[in-house]
Amino acid sequence: MAMASSAIDAMPVRPVRASRFDSTWLLWIAIIAVLLFLVVSPFVYLVITSFQTERTGEFTFSNYATAYGRARYIDALFNSLKLGAASAALASIFAVPLAWAVARTNMPGRGLTRMLVLATFITPPYTGAVAWILLAGPNAGWLNRFYMMATGAEAGPFNIYSFTGLAVVIALYSFPYIFIFTTAALELVSSEMEDAANILGAGPWRTMRKVTLPLALPAILGGMIICFLEAIALFGSPAMIAIPARFNVVTTQLFQFFGNPVRVEVAAAYAMPLLGVTILLVLVQRLIVRRKGFVALTGKGGERRPIQLGRWRWPVFGYAMFVAALAVFLPYIFLIQSAFAKAWGRGFLLDNITFANFRFILFEHATAAQSVINSFVYGAISATVAVFLTLGVAYIVARRLIPFGGVLGFLCVAPFVIPGVVLAIGFYAAYAPPPLALYGTALIMILAFTTRFLPVGYVNASAAINSLNPEMEEAVRVLGGSRLTALRRVVAPLLKRNMMGAWLLIFIPATRELSAAIFLYGPNTKVASVMIFDMSEEGNFERLAALALVLQVLTLPLLWIGQKALGRDFMLRRNAT
Amino acid sequence: MSKLVLKNVAKRYGAFEAVADFSLELAKGEFVSLLGPSGCGKTTTLRMIAGFMPPSGGSIEMDGKQISSASGVVPPEHRRMSMIFQSYAIWPNMTVGENVGFGLQIRKLSRAEIDRRVDKILDVVQMRNLKGRYPAELSGGQQQRVALARAIVVEPEVLLLDEPLSNLDANLREEMRFEIRRLHDEFKITTVYVTHDQSEAMVTSDRIVVMNKGKIEQIDAPHVLYGRPKSRFVAGFIGRTNFVEGTLQGSDVRFDGFGAPASALEGASGGGKLLYSLRPQAIGLSTQKPGGSGLAFEAEIVDRSYLGEYWDYQVRPLGGSKPLRVSTAPTAVFEVGSRVWLEIAPSAMVRVE
Repeated sequence: MAMASSAIDAMPVRPVRASRFDSTWLLWIAIIAVLLFLVVSPFVYLVITSFQTERTGEFTFSNYATAYGRARYIDALFNSLKLGAASAALASIFAVPLAWAVARTNMPGRGLTRMLVLATFITPPYTGAVAWILLAGPNAGWLNRFYMMATGAEAGPFNIYSFTGLAVVIALYSFPYIFIFTTAALELVSSEMEDAANILGAGPWRTMRKVTLPLALPAILGGMIICFLEAIALFGSPAMIAIPARFNVVTTQLFQFFGNPVRVEVAAAYAMPLLGVTILLVLVQRLIVRRKGFVALTGKGGERRPIQLGRWRWPVFGYAMFVAALAVFLPYIFLIQSAFAKAWGRGFLLDNITFANFRFILFEHATAAQSVINSFVYGAISATVAVFLTLGVAYIVARRLIPFGGVLGFLCVAPFVIPGVVLAIGFYAAYAPPPLALYGTALIMILAFTTRFLPVGYVNASAAINSLNPEMEEAVRVLGGSRLTALRRVVAPLLKRNMMGAWLLIFIPATRELSAAIFLYGPNTKVASVMIFDMSEEGNFERLAALALVLQVLTLPLLWIGQKALGRDFMLRRNAT
Repeated sequence: MSKLVLKNVAKRYGAFEAVADFSLELAKGEFVSLLGPSGCGKTTTLRMIAGFMPPSGGSIEMDGKQISSASGVVPPEHRRMSMIFQSYAIWPNMTVGENVGFGLQIRKLSRAEIDRRVDKILDVVQMRNLKGRYPAELSGGQQQRVALARAIVVEPEVLLLDEPLSNLDANLREEMRFEIRRLHDEFKITTVYVTHDQSEAMVTSDRIVVMNKGKIEQIDAPHVLYGRPKSRFVAGFIGRTNFVEGTLQGSDVRFDGFGAPASALEGASGGGKLLYSLRPQAIGLSTQKPGGSGLAFEAEIVDRSYLGEYWDYQVRPLGGSKPLRVSTAPTAVFEVGSRVWLEIAPSAMVRVE
């Protein structure tokens, strides 16, 4: 074939000493700068500020003396630890049987159970806390009223305003983490492993005790540690429940240090144990999950036959529905009742029904509608920035484009060990004072959200990029395309789906973020979560419920899109957390 | 002038030498294979030619211009080469036509010209009717053809192939060997082909570079490589062979159970062990003493296997300890334990190492 190769001949032969330094380096430098700004600087300022005297900035230990100088401050620290332990233990009681039933048995309604776990997962903890105040408030709570009606007793047995109440509420909305970890592990245990135990003479229970459970145990522990960390870092639920119950935890205490006048130096000093415990436990978690868990479980292949439950099918299903009732059915029934009620305490009467609460928050309240818009706008920008940034970093790391690229990857996942509250204090310390003076701006909220969700973005991005064969890009380059051509024409189109998934996994929680937002919002940058928190302080549960429901309903289409594009379980996979 | 010249190319990772002192010249239009076991440095060499890796030492020149050295490399996109990858690297987000046309698009050809050339090359690889398909809808062999078309359509200065057939099943692999050679005969593109499969290299190549542990063992045409291996490694890697060790005793070389006049053997001089390679096909088996001029001696059949296309016998010379492998036609049947005569032409014994 005599093809005219004039176009090829016209291509310039590059000088021999073409250096390995090309323009893409500028992009990498920009990424490093952004990560320094987002991750390193707030962290550094947090530490520095904790050693500074207010205003003068001189070096001092006095902040630490103040922060740990009173018994009740110390008590709050221990309360947090106890709360974390209790919540994690309770959550595992909710999660492990459900995970086992869904992943390994023929329990009826497994799809339904998964869906209800997802519904739990997308319910913000503070919304759950409000619902449980309606359910188990002393005297007026619905569960107490039903109890009194049924027994004729003078008072109900439930009191949400207690340590136990708080632990239960936190456990109810964090158990999906354990569920996700455990199902992921159980789905990797092939029936053949269990068959191997059976054929050597072990019965079903012995097999479960000696084979299945030990294989899943690292994952269960890993999930419990995440629950523990979630519980000690949580701000909304403790603020709504612990404060009326007259005890403090670390986060509520930090909030008080941040009250008028703002004592950011003391808050920074007081945040250190929370940070330390989190870092330590994350390391432990990594160790557990990596050492025994997934190395042993990589033995893929082999079908998984569901375990036949026989007459235990319905009792197990009953337990799943019991958990769902506590986490989803009861809370939503009474949130909806409250949202459509003139006064929630008057109950399910026709003349108690009104749309006034929705009208009020959407059209009449000065900032409620705006707060929802703020939530969505900040969430969308943060998710977009985080997705592209982490994709860039993951690409650099995976393709070893620069020496020590691993450092960039580390910076992207580092925020995982920084609780939202602590991150917010770091951002405040770094960027509230001049010259940037970002306090109260939309920018500081967006930056903080971006940083908080970088780890989710990075885990997804690096998994996606590692699944791409580098030869796909090399094929572009050898045919004359640059690296950027390869990125634009091949990498980006192939990662579209993953990027959209990561975007949703960031966007959805970002629209509910409270623990960082509460420290950084200003008069014009209130987000929906802060609005809900404010309304709970005013005791305005009807309007609050309406706003919380609006937020939930607005999330549904996104969830639907995500499920269409990425599969039903996209939020319940391991890389979602 | 040579098309592609590699001069003392080396690649080191710390103390490990992946490729050492690799020198090779390719004439324009020549087809050369790099053959060796996995980890021998052949793919590393190919990737240095492509420009994906800088060499640690030495240089690579194309048309007399240096394109790679330790101090700098022309990036792959400016080398006007093309490459076929082990995974094919067909882009799943583009149709067959878009995949094949990509390189032409980069070269900024007109839409019509791209279409014309894509159609033409797809005809050559018999894929025209699948132009609008996506790669996920193609079989492995069809993907392979797309990869070939995509690499050839740009008329590269040099075509590089990295184990392109290793993901195909045996029948298809054999078919594609001939296909690759056919395309080379048609377009005469200077080609470097990396493989660990000796028959692939022998079918396709003008010359084969046998590599072991980062070093070149031998460079020769396929029949020379088989007939006159220079080292024990090459003799053992290309085809099956018997290694026989002898010592010079007077005017004869004594082997295990037989002997040969030193004057008839190549390189039969000096003291110490003399190692020879003797192909199983070069040994004749018969029940009568052969009358030819070659070496002839008696032996016993120790074991045998029937492989359809030939018999594989284990035959021990009387007075020897180790059996020799002998291949015969499927019709030459000898029972285990029977006495036979072996006949060897001394010229078939190749001194190695």
